[in-house]
Amino acid sequence: MRHVISILLENEAGALSRVVGLFSQRGYNIDSLTVAPTDDPSLSRCSILTTGDKWEAEQITKQLHKLVCVYRVSALLEEAEGGIEREIVLVKVNTPNKNARDEVKGLADIFNSKIIDVNAEIFTLEFVGNSSDIDNFITTVGKLAEVLEVVRSGVVGIAKGNHFMKP
Amino acid sequence: MEKLNGAKQVVRVLEDLGVDRIFGYPGAAVTDIYDELFDSKIAHVLARHEQGAVHMADGFARCTGKVGVALVTSGPGATNTVTALATAYGDSIPLVLITGQVSTDLIGTDAFQEVDTMGVTRPVVKYSFLCKKPEDIAKNIRKAFYIASTGRKGPVVVDIPKNCQNRSYLFDYEKNSDISIRSYNPTVFGHRGQVKRAAAQLTKAKQPVMLLGGGVVQGDASEIATKLARRLNFPVVSTLMGISSYPTTDRQYLGMIGMHGLYEANETMHNSDLIFAVGTRFADRATNMVAKYCPNATVVHIDVDPASISKTVSANIPIVGDARTVLTQIDKELDELGFKDPNDLSLWWKQIEEFKKKDCLKYSRKEGMIRPQEVIETINRISNELKLNPVITTDVGQHQMFSAQYFDFETPRHFITSGGLGTMGVGLPAAIGAKFALPDANVFCITGDGSFQMNMQELAVCRKYKLPIKIFILDNSVLGMVRQFQTVFYKERYSATNLDGNPDFVKLVEAYGFKGIRITDNDKLESTIRDVLMAKDEFILVDIITDTNTKVMPWLRANGSMVDMMLNEEEK
Repeated sequence: MRHVISILLENEAGALSRVVGLFSQRGYNIDSLTVAPTDDPSLSRCSILTTGDKWEAEQITKQLHKLVCVYRVSALLEEAEGGIEREIVLVKVNTPNKNARDEVKGLADIFNSKIIDVNAEIFTLEFVGNSSDIDNFITTVGKLAEVLEVVRSGVVGIAKGNHFMKP
Repeated sequence: MEKLNGAKQVVRVLEDLGVDRIFGYPGAAVTDIYDELFDSKIAHVLARHEQGAVHMADGFARCTGKVGVALVTSGPGATNTVTALATAYGDSIPLVLITGQVSTDLIGTDAFQEVDTMGVTRPVVKYSFLCKKPEDIAKNIRKAFYIASTGRKGPVVVDIPKNCQNRSYLFDYEKNSDISIRSYNPTVFGHRGQVKRAAAQLTKAKQPVMLLGGGVVQGDASEIATKLARRLNFPVVSTLMGISSYPTTDRQYLGMIGMHGLYEANETMHNSDLIFAVGTRFADRATNMVAKYCPNATVVHIDVDPASISKTVSANIPIVGDARTVLTQIDKELDELGFKDPNDLSLWWKQIEEFKKKDCLKYSRKEGMIRPQEVIETINRISNELKLNPVITTDVGQHQMFSAQYFDFETPRHFITSGGLGTMGVGLPAAIGAKFALPDANVFCITGDGSFQMNMQELAVCRKYKLPIKIFILDNSVLGMVRQFQTVFYKERYSATNLDGNPDFVKLVEAYGFKGIRITDNDKLESTIRDVLMAKDEFILVDIITDTNTKVMPWLRANGSMVDMMLNEEEK
């Protein structure tokens, strides 16, 4: 089972290494990790995608909470149950001829993806969605054009409705 | 506001925090601090190895409950402390370690004696600070004390670069000691609803047991735990770390549980319908296989660390909070319930009396051969006769388990042992720390010939301060605990457990100007130990040649329940 663990932590030296260290130390997986300062610059928001059963998710949450530098932690629910996840992907594709360029442009329109960089032979696409949308996008683009590079941001998540994590 | 340099602020803040003694070892990155210490009223104990210094601070903390403090230099000074930090972390001991660091402009350049101390120590400390500017020093040391001594206690490192200690840069010394850390607020009081549920459950149990862990000792909860146990008439067992939390000679006390726990203690756990667990983390050595653990028991679990609850054994009634506070809440709740006399537990007690009849600690004596159990029993008996109420420190191995099984303790914090990490070499430095903390106490270090050699350089500290510690080496010339495994599970293939080449321990302490005595004969055991224990003001090392083939019993079988025990030394 996949879980997005959302963490508010002190924006200070060594804080992230404690979080990452905890995962390796206790044998938990990190499938993706994103971190950036929040609107309050003394705090960082960190989202970690991990896999494990419910018991494991609870353990991870408790252990994270125990870290002195961690302010708030929650395991976000799956999308169906009230969580929202987004990821951004940048895909560089080879478009050597007009046919390829047209195909990729058409596909980008269908997916609501933006072409953010263009030169004569290469397009760079941007696409935002949840993880499975992104998997699907990458596979589909790959069928039409040669994919040169894929950069995924990792998952960020937030709860739906009136649930929110506030300092 | 007073202006002081960084090094002076280190010393001043320690003084203001009430520190009167620290343990350490100087080096290039802490010379400014040492210079300031020279004029301070804080006494400094010069260890002979940084590991020893931190173990001393640990022993000091364990027997007083105060924060132990150690000071070492950067690089190798810091890395030498790692085992000792992990030891304190494993048993949740409040400790602050101040380490020197290379100057901030040299950090990251692989400078002389530079090591990433925060990185190296991160997995074995509760928290750590790097002071990036002099102004961080006093604040970080105060925070370190607060973090080390609250919630689930533990060691904290404060890393101070050389240039932050600079004697020519003076700046305001912040005297204000209010510390609040928004991301760190340990729970003290137990949830009221949970306390009510727990109290109700306690009054209903037919076959209860109270399980006391190290949190009861470290949380100063022994008194209220004892009161509650007596009020409820529950049988009491303890983990290795919980020993001394409850008077061992009390009628209700059954002894240590776990891998080498007593038969009656393990049987009582296994057959219980309610485990009233306080300040314990249900460690693997205390539970055996979790799937087979105490099948009929409802678990009430009090712990200050929420992550320790339902980590291995799932709790039916979890209560997060400080052990002493929550037990006091439960006691009051029993009043409110109008609880007077305990449930009739006579059937349960009758069953327990049957368990006791097994007399699992009995052993056969061998002619011309001293059995290690005999040594501990003798020291214990004479200590009791002379009312010495000793502080016992141990190392790790067979002698540690025999000490846990055979010694009596009336006073909390009088049993000092490395339970979580199982660190050989902790015994002597911990005894030194204990003797400094409690100068009037009788401090005995029970050790083995293997363990003792891991930090015996600290004999120099005993010499310098003429510390009247008694050291008893159960000297069987082998690594007894590992050998015991080899005998039973490895067809007596004794790979690397023979300690051929050991020094003559008597001559060794003579080189330090101390008296050493060797006992090789049962006949001399009683009289020699009596003489040694009577010599209150003298350091004496007693090297006792013991049986090589003795095994620690009882012994839980791997992957079994708590009653899958081997009881007989011949069993396999």
